[in-house]
Amino acid sequence: MKSLEKFMRKIEPTHESKWAKFHPVWDALYTFAFTPGETTKKGAHIRDGIDLKRTMFTVIVALIPCLLFGIYNTGHWHFVAEGTAGEFMDNFGDKLVYGLIQVLPIVIVSYAVGLGVEFIFCIKNQHAIQEGFLVTGMLIPLIVPADIPLWMVAVATIFAVVLGKEVFGGTGMNIVNIALTARAFLFFGYPTKMSGDKVWMSGISDVPKETLDVNGVTGATQLGELATFTGPQEDWTYQGGIKAFESAWSIWDSFVGIIPGSIGETSVIAILIGAALLLYTGIASWKVMTSFVIGGLFVGFLANAFAVNEYMMLQPLNHLVIGGFAFGAVFMITDPVTAAQTSTGKFIYGFLGGALSIVIRVFNGAYPEGVMMAILFMNVMAPMIDHYVIQANIKRRLKRLKTA
Amino acid sequence: MVDYINIALKGIFIENMIFAYFLGMCSYLAVSKTVKTAAGLGAAVIFVLVVTIPVNWLLENYILQAGALSWLGEEYAGLDLSFLSFIMFIAVIASIVQLVEMLVEKFAPALYGALGIFLPLIAVNCSILGGALFMQERQYSTIGEATTFAVGSGIGWFLAVVAIAAIREKIKYSNVPAPLRGLGITFIITGLMGIAFMSFSGISL
Repeated sequence: MKSLEKFMRKIEPTHESKWAKFHPVWDALYTFAFTPGETTKKGAHIRDGIDLKRTMFTVIVALIPCLLFGIYNTGHWHFVAEGTAGEFMDNFGDKLVYGLIQVLPIVIVSYAVGLGVEFIFCIKNQHAIQEGFLVTGMLIPLIVPADIPLWMVAVATIFAVVLGKEVFGGTGMNIVNIALTARAFLFFGYPTKMSGDKVWMSGISDVPKETLDVNGVTGATQLGELATFTGPQEDWTYQGGIKAFESAWSIWDSFVGIIPGSIGETSVIAILIGAALLLYTGIASWKVMTSFVIGGLFVGFLANAFAVNEYMMLQPLNHLVIGGFAFGAVFMITDPVTAAQTSTGKFIYGFLGGALSIVIRVFNGAYPEGVMMAILFMNVMAPMIDHYVIQANIKRRLKRLKTA
Repeated sequence: MVDYINIALKGIFIENMIFAYFLGMCSYLAVSKTVKTAAGLGAAVIFVLVVTIPVNWLLENYILQAGALSWLGEEYAGLDLSFLSFIMFIAVIASIVQLVEMLVEKFAPALYGALGIFLPLIAVNCSILGGALFMQERQYSTIGEATTFAVGSGIGWFLAVVAIAAIREKIKYSNVPAPLRGLGITFIITGLMGIAFMSFSGISL
């Protein structure tokens, strides 16, 4: 941040320079990252100009790799369904254009509707518009399937922004993550558009079944596909299911993200780039993030040791790279508003969240993509965790006081 | 053993008294202002459930069910007293609640004051009678299973009421629109929590 600030200061157009007219433009860019401009160098004062604007902007930047990869991946899987995809990098332009046509409208609708609702409430309440929706508006498109009808995006966004945020008093007051609320709303309200084998590859419902069979495409996500392998334990195919799965999807494919799924959640590499930025700038809590992954691995190992169904036979590491787990770990569970606030609480919160994600994935046959639901559940439980962490702290200190 | 764990987990998460059946809402909404009283009421509900459901199970299996009276002799085997179950269950619950009330007044007078009218009202708390009726409907085969179910659903109710109390404490300083303050926002939170609990629906262990 320091070097960026120096650079911005250096190119500041002053009155004398011929760029003086462009000062407002410079100012707009500068305040993305640095307001208030002047900070004290020592003492118990504000040392850094970080505010809501910079926080939100950093998260948006962190989400861009996911968005870009998601756009391209959407295009790729469309052509896979049609049988003309070739290798991942073939027909680069076509795939990119198709992805843009599919994904950009979702982003635009999400932003337009969400900001519209926000503006209405701000005008009604006569308070300044806060940047809270900037990140939400980006998250919503990334956790829905590419084929989702735009009106559903709009309805879910309105529901989530009004009932998830505005009724609690706006940005920073919500108890559940707004993007997750939108997804849960879609998931339970329109299950046929959010799961199954018709939605994850864009345009697949127009492709005749025979063509799909020839191309070897089922249309389901990895987790959905795994469910179709499930058979009775004595049956040979039972063992075969997980083998077939592992030969169809290498862990490397899942890691790079060349898999069908929600727009932004497929590529672990893109997510890791975002994670690095969020952790480096200190915006996401490493405590929540790491304990979430540890919780997931823990249950993954346990399930693998006592495997009785296909999901439980997945390797623990494989659990981390398929489905929405990585995206949830980096962008969802770390949401500073809805996560636990206390330091110990963060570890408990993250661990339980990760554990629950895998529990829902392996035990709840109906919702294999349960990561987002698990995080929503933990959002609800976070205040309780905080309360008891604080109470334990008070008790410990009282005891220390009495013995002293 | 696995059966018992299943019944308990089902009671806590999957068939949560509040979020799956919306039973016991009145005290859930009224006594969830602070975590401390909520936890007290939750504990009372657990206690009442754990005592009443096994007692009602005995009543059901040895007196009320069709043919349950056969232990008295051949001539009673044909009797079916199940039409009495509501009144018997309620009588058991009311008397147990009296007992709890006396205990709480004696040992936790502060909690007694905070719970106020809602302590005697546990007698008509839907989740208690609901628990007894679910027990009857699901026909748990042993008293152990019935007790496990009672513990599970009690903990589920406890969890729900404490969680919402913690949330309500957290949003105490939130700028909630005036018309929604109090009960309105509590209903909305309950709805959102219900969505969160739906992630467990359909888990079959």
